[in-house]
Amino acid sequence: MIESTMTEPTAKEIQATKLYQSWGMTTEEYTRACRLLDRLPNYTETGLFAVMWSEHCSYKNSKPVLKQFPTTGPQVLQGPGEGAGIVDIGDGQAVVFKAESHNHPSAVEPYEGAATGVGGIIRDIFSMGAQPIAILDSLRFGELNDPRTKYLVSEVVKGIADYGNCIGIPTVGGETTFDASYTANPLVNAMCVGILNQADMQVGQARGEENSIIYVGAKTGRDGIHGATFASEEFSDDNESDRSAVQVGDPFMEKLLMDACLEVIRQHQAALVGIQDMGAAGLVSSSAEMASKAGTGMILNLDQVPTREPNMTPYEMMLSESQERMLLCVRKGYEQEIFDVFAKYELDAVKIGYVTESKQYQLYHQGHLVTDVPVTALVDDAPVYEREKTLPAHLQNPTTTQFQPEIQDFAETVYQLLGQATIASKRAIYETYDSQVKTNTVVKPGGDAAALRIRGTRKALAMTMDGNARYLYLDPKVGGAIAVSEAARNIVATGGQPLAITDCLNFGNPEKPDHFYELAEAAAGMSAACEMLKTPVISGNVSLYNETNGEAIYPTPVVGMVGLIEDLEHITTIDFKKADDLVYVIGQTKDDFNGSEIQKLQAGAISGKLFPFDLAYEQDIQATVLAAIKTGLIQSAHDVSKGGLMTALLESCFAAKTELGLELTWQHPFAWLFAETQSRFVVTVDPKQRLAFEAQVKQAELIGHVSRGTKVTIAGDSQTATIDLPKAKGIFEGSLPCLLK
Amino acid sequence: MRFAVIVFPGSNCDADMYYAVQDQLQAEVTYVPHTATQLNDIDAVLIPGGFSYGDYLRTGAIARFAPIMPAIIDFANNGGLVLGVCNGFQILTEAGLLPGALHENKDLAFICKDVQLTVANPNTPFSNRFEKDEVITLPVAHGEGNYYCDAETLAQLEANHQIVFRYQDNPNGSVADIAGICNERGNVLGMMPHPERAVEAILGNTDGQRLLSSLLQ
Repeated sequence: MIESTMTEPTAKEIQATKLYQSWGMTTEEYTRACRLLDRLPNYTETGLFAVMWSEHCSYKNSKPVLKQFPTTGPQVLQGPGEGAGIVDIGDGQAVVFKAESHNHPSAVEPYEGAATGVGGIIRDIFSMGAQPIAILDSLRFGELNDPRTKYLVSEVVKGIADYGNCIGIPTVGGETTFDASYTANPLVNAMCVGILNQADMQVGQARGEENSIIYVGAKTGRDGIHGATFASEEFSDDNESDRSAVQVGDPFMEKLLMDACLEVIRQHQAALVGIQDMGAAGLVSSSAEMASKAGTGMILNLDQVPTREPNMTPYEMMLSESQERMLLCVRKGYEQEIFDVFAKYELDAVKIGYVTESKQYQLYHQGHLVTDVPVTALVDDAPVYEREKTLPAHLQNPTTTQFQPEIQDFAETVYQLLGQATIASKRAIYETYDSQVKTNTVVKPGGDAAALRIRGTRKALAMTMDGNARYLYLDPKVGGAIAVSEAARNIVATGGQPLAITDCLNFGNPEKPDHFYELAEAAAGMSAACEMLKTPVISGNVSLYNETNGEAIYPTPVVGMVGLIEDLEHITTIDFKKADDLVYVIGQTKDDFNGSEIQKLQAGAISGKLFPFDLAYEQDIQATVLAAIKTGLIQSAHDVSKGGLMTALLESCFAAKTELGLELTWQHPFAWLFAETQSRFVVTVDPKQRLAFEAQVKQAELIGHVSRGTKVTIAGDSQTATIDLPKAKGIFEGSLPCLLK
Repeated sequence: MRFAVIVFPGSNCDADMYYAVQDQLQAEVTYVPHTATQLNDIDAVLIPGGFSYGDYLRTGAIARFAPIMPAIIDFANNGGLVLGVCNGFQILTEAGLLPGALHENKDLAFICKDVQLTVANPNTPFSNRFEKDEVITLPVAHGEGNYYCDAETLAQLEANHQIVFRYQDNPNGSVADIAGICNERGNVLGMMPHPERAVEAILGNTDGQRLLSSLLQ
């Protein structure tokens, strides 16, 4: 007999009052759950269904879209479906990575929202048996003229910094951009990368009848209850007060938990059957998924769950998203050696249940059976929606011509552009992150991709997070392809072969056909690029319902990519190295301005039809650049992205270790120096290698050379321009600190 | 020469220090857990950076009560070499092996960047490979590196040449631009910058290698 506690509404009352609706469950979904059980679910069970069938846990809206992603390749050891994806890097080692969004919690409580986002993604990595080695983050905020946005930026950044710095994993890269569409709905996406000895590879499975289910880490409190449901709803002014849905992080606890779990994984392999993070939807999702993946059932005794406060109900314990907790499946009879490891770290480790062959998910509380549902009903039987899609209104009759910048004073336009929050240096942000702890960081923040050496080898990993949502707003499919390609360009510029991607798909409400259109098209574009660049999707997450009072964010897929640098010698950075080196642009420049930073600066908003983009050409350019780097022909390399060629050239000047300028000749209209034509790199070449370089790289256009001094001079057919580098750098470095004040 | 790297719960630069000694100094090194009560056959103690005990209460305030601390204090009082870096410096001041305290940075934010230091005293076991007033570069990574002591203590530090490293461009508000100080006897050094992060050319800097290798002389 399934029972409810005295104070909770009865199953009949839930049905009559439609209480489930306040947990984000539709009447159709509730009816589906009743049908699966062949009875009415009680209070706890209804809560479990509501959270397990939320978009965040079930991907019920996005599944049909995600299916089109390529997820396999010779290098892929583990694709989507586990805590994180795994890619072979040779020598018995693998790289493990995943990105995850924490948008809704960060909008409500930016410090804890961002901090726990980092904490959650780190757990996903070490749950696979990997040592986390780096964190990256991708942030989107509204314009910095808004006081609340300044507050959000400083709190989100502090949340990421405090968590990563304390746990001792370097935060090595990422990006931060600003557009009005994120004002009320900022995006906080964090990525973690780990190194795994393939022998230590883990799965989140609960196999073997009577094997023990062991709860480890922090105690369970009432924080974060229904967080996954909260993440699957739009914001409105009505739920401004949803603060109980946000969790609180403790990086010190997480460090102990990480060290203890890795010790168990490495030294107690005979005892450990499976391990999984208690992330979104906490205990219910981790335990039910472990059972589902193994095709087993589970009995849990909730009286054993370590709790932070008295009188917690089964509903609260199962749905709590308290942080720094893991669930282990341990072979029967081997429990004590596991308890001993956690005792050494002074952490709770408690047997709360065991695996059954029944395939039922059964919870006992104070001697009563309070939940008895099939595992598959919770995990696999969520509805899947084929949503409708329609072309969004703003894409129906776009201006087909490209925006044409008006340039009175070229140097003045350059200075203005460098001061834009999206273009300006992010030093004020990344210098608050410890980017060097663990002493592997070879290429530090501020360049294209970060590079970390793999200790004890000649290899290194390049890693980046990237995505330009403005392009997606104008064309979700082409923009999706560009997002993947740009991430790959960052990896290639650093000397790495792109391996695979993880993604955070941040979109609006999928129940609205125009927003679902954006999601479906973006995924199609990303898939095409992943196929072309041979970078399958190995992990990721979906964050939908990023809307406030009916206004959606720009469609924002964020791509996290990792590449393999075969030899430390190949590591290439953006900074110009020495005077007289020749400056080349690889890849054609055109008058591509719709969606560009210069359009936003001059027109106040982006608009029009996005410029064309050719994936085959992109692939060819990337392969060419990587080959030239590996041949040793390249002194510096930088991908050309936001702000165009002028921005890329200046960033390479600013990054130089000595005072270096440029003498350029530009045969095209000067405005094209701001064009955001894709598939381009700026590289420098030692004059002694000119012939070899030009023989190997046919797509390169020589535009000048590096000079000593503090000026960039540009000579064209009918005009010239001079940029004062100290002034330009002052604006580039000073803008963000000033805007944040 | 045998080095000990002390590991507290929350230490996170312990492995960096270990690798620096093992791979770059090519000296013998061992981890000593916070629960140990003795330092056997140890010639130098390294207290690494990190967030011991989560920095709860106050940086270093809980670590000073760890079981290993009496042994470290005895070791120092007997003239043994003790180097505390970052959180290690904070612990040394809390334990009373060095005067003063480390406050929150003046801008109230964590700072991770390379800084230039002047070698104010090259006549210590930790700085004997540098010239007086030589400028070196080391990375800092801290939220609470703002060194404070009263005027009387500062006068003593100056008079006894206990200020070993000063910032060229003070990043955190420390009095007298202090980046690192030693005790009166000169065998205990605390510093906020991280020498163990600057021991390999591939990471862009080897000034820390010279500092650590001073201990071998």
